[in-house]
Amino acid sequence: MENDKIIRLRQVAKHYEMGDTVVKALDCVDIDIEKGDFVAIMGPSGSGKSTSMNLTGSLDYSTEGDILLDGENIQDLEESELAQVRGKKIGFIFQQFNLISNLTAKENVMLPMIFQKTNIEEREEKAEELLKIVDLGDRMNFYINQLSGGQQQRVAIARAMANDPQVILADEPTGNLDTKTGNKIMDFLKKLNDKGRTIILVTHDPDLARQYARTIYSVRDGKVEYIEKKIGDGWKRIFNEE
Amino acid sequence: MLRDYFLLAFKNLRKRGLRSWLTILGIFIGIAAVVSLISLGAGLKAAVLGQFGGLSIDVLNVQNKQVGFAPPGSTVIEKLNDNDLELVKGVRGVERVIPRLVRVEELEYNEISGFGYGADIPEEKENIEFIYNAFELEAEEGRLLRAGDSGKVLLGNNFLATDDFKKPFETGKKVKVTGEIKKEFEILGFLKKSSSFQLNSIVFFMRNDFIELMDAEGEYDLFAVQVEDKDEIEEVAQRLEEKLRNDRNEKVGGETFTVETPLQSLSAVNTVLNLINLIVIGIAAISLFVGGVGIANTMYTSVVERTREIGIMKAVGAQNSDVLWLFLIEAGLLGLVGGTAGALMGLSGASLVSNAANSALENDLFIVSVNYYLLFGSIAFSFFVGIISGVLPALQASKLNVVDALRS
Repeated sequence: MENDKIIRLRQVAKHYEMGDTVVKALDCVDIDIEKGDFVAIMGPSGSGKSTSMNLTGSLDYSTEGDILLDGENIQDLEESELAQVRGKKIGFIFQQFNLISNLTAKENVMLPMIFQKTNIEEREEKAEELLKIVDLGDRMNFYINQLSGGQQQRVAIARAMANDPQVILADEPTGNLDTKTGNKIMDFLKKLNDKGRTIILVTHDPDLARQYARTIYSVRDGKVEYIEKKIGDGWKRIFNEE
Repeated sequence: MLRDYFLLAFKNLRKRGLRSWLTILGIFIGIAAVVSLISLGAGLKAAVLGQFGGLSIDVLNVQNKQVGFAPPGSTVIEKLNDNDLELVKGVRGVERVIPRLVRVEELEYNEISGFGYGADIPEEKENIEFIYNAFELEAEEGRLLRAGDSGKVLLGNNFLATDDFKKPFETGKKVKVTGEIKKEFEILGFLKKSSSFQLNSIVFFMRNDFIELMDAEGEYDLFAVQVEDKDEIEEVAQRLEEKLRNDRNEKVGGETFTVETPLQSLSAVNTVLNLINLIVIGIAAISLFVGGVGIANTMYTSVVERTREIGIMKAVGAQNSDVLWLFLIEAGLLGLVGGTAGALMGLSGASLVSNAANSALENDLFIVSVNYYLLFGSIAFSFFVGIISGVLPALQASKLNVVDALRS
């Protein structure tokens, strides 16, 4: 069963120092992400949702507790080692797209591969293939500001796929898009999940979470309030016993 | 990998076009100043030292103190005499003494006359050889003077090109020369171009002819003294000074003669030239430093502006070292572009100045040649200046925290 978990947060706490006071953004949180699952981390702003995302995505170290990424404790890794591992195993999609504006769509998709020292031919081939998958085969050499929001987010999906990561972490991927475009983006994520990719969706929107995810972590006041699992067409809610 | 860094860095610079160009301008001016000033300095040095090209390192000159700036001996109150000649010959370490006459003469050709310097060539074969070697004299047309060439003259290279006499000088033609008396001489040959403008406009006579012409029996304008061992030239010079001082009953500092070794004259000129170079390089270094500060400033601004971008790169797997290199290369490129343009500009600027100077002075002594070490050295240096200026901003960028950077 352990091997089925791609990411595990074990009794994780994250504290920020704000001047003299310590803010406990997360406290004693356990999150298990199973391989191939579609997980939503849900919660209103200020709930600790963003912090859980950062820790789940190996973007940050915890103050207490262990974070296991594919069996490896990231707390033991140097910042640069972590960047390397993160670049390989996790793809990111952000609400603000976070593409680099002075690069073309194709160059943006190639970027994560540069940092994995992939050779140039392979990089180009892969980037072209991925952009075709997200229906941007005809806009590969467009600069980012020449693309619409939906197109930019599709470039971001292609970029997230660049190093064939096991996990794709999407932080409010539809937040800056209209409903129709947002749905298209979510459909792409669903397709990736159908092909076996683990998806983590971070959102404040319960409807979106319920529509796509099979496991939902609801975060509130720095703790996991409850976990919901989809069983058949219904949901089973497990409260955090504490 | 490095190629990717360069590509990314280039794209970043291009995006911030105007600011990049302004930053580049700072380095451009610095390097252009360095290259042009150093080139001009080297050209100046070559031109000035060329005037000393005729000085052999085992020969020292003895002459009486002059009261003005003119050919040796022409403005002295008292000429060197036979007594002095014997005295100098007797100094330990002296191999040979060749008495020389250098005087102003009036040369007439095609019924037009002009003034110039005349000098003698010794009568003895070995002394003739010695003078030719010491001044590196070779014939361009005709031949050099030899023992027994009485009634003939050897002309400097300028006579081949000059238009002052409305008729070209040719070997075999006659010229009339006036000193104390007027006499006709046959042109035997012309010298090759020398780095010394005095030699280029000189008229050489056989010694006996020149003495007769100038009525200078028993007069000497200077002694060219060859020493036995060139390593002891300074010691010989000291003994010589002492002897002449004693003979003339003079105190140290109150001499009426000078003994000049090639090292002394060279080192005096060298000191001045080096000082000029030092000042020039100092000024250039300051402008380069200012250029470097400009790069650092631009890079700092860039780091602040691109904090989010740095966060993105780190999120998708960039290590600290990747970010560090990216910013270093970007800073280096700013230096490199400015440096390349500046070096080329500096060289062409220096050439323009030297050409202008040459045409103003009507000679071609001042030559600025392309020094490839300077060219590529300064380009490499500008890249280096860029990188050094980029170190602190790049370190700052590389140490940014991913989460904070993404949130910005």
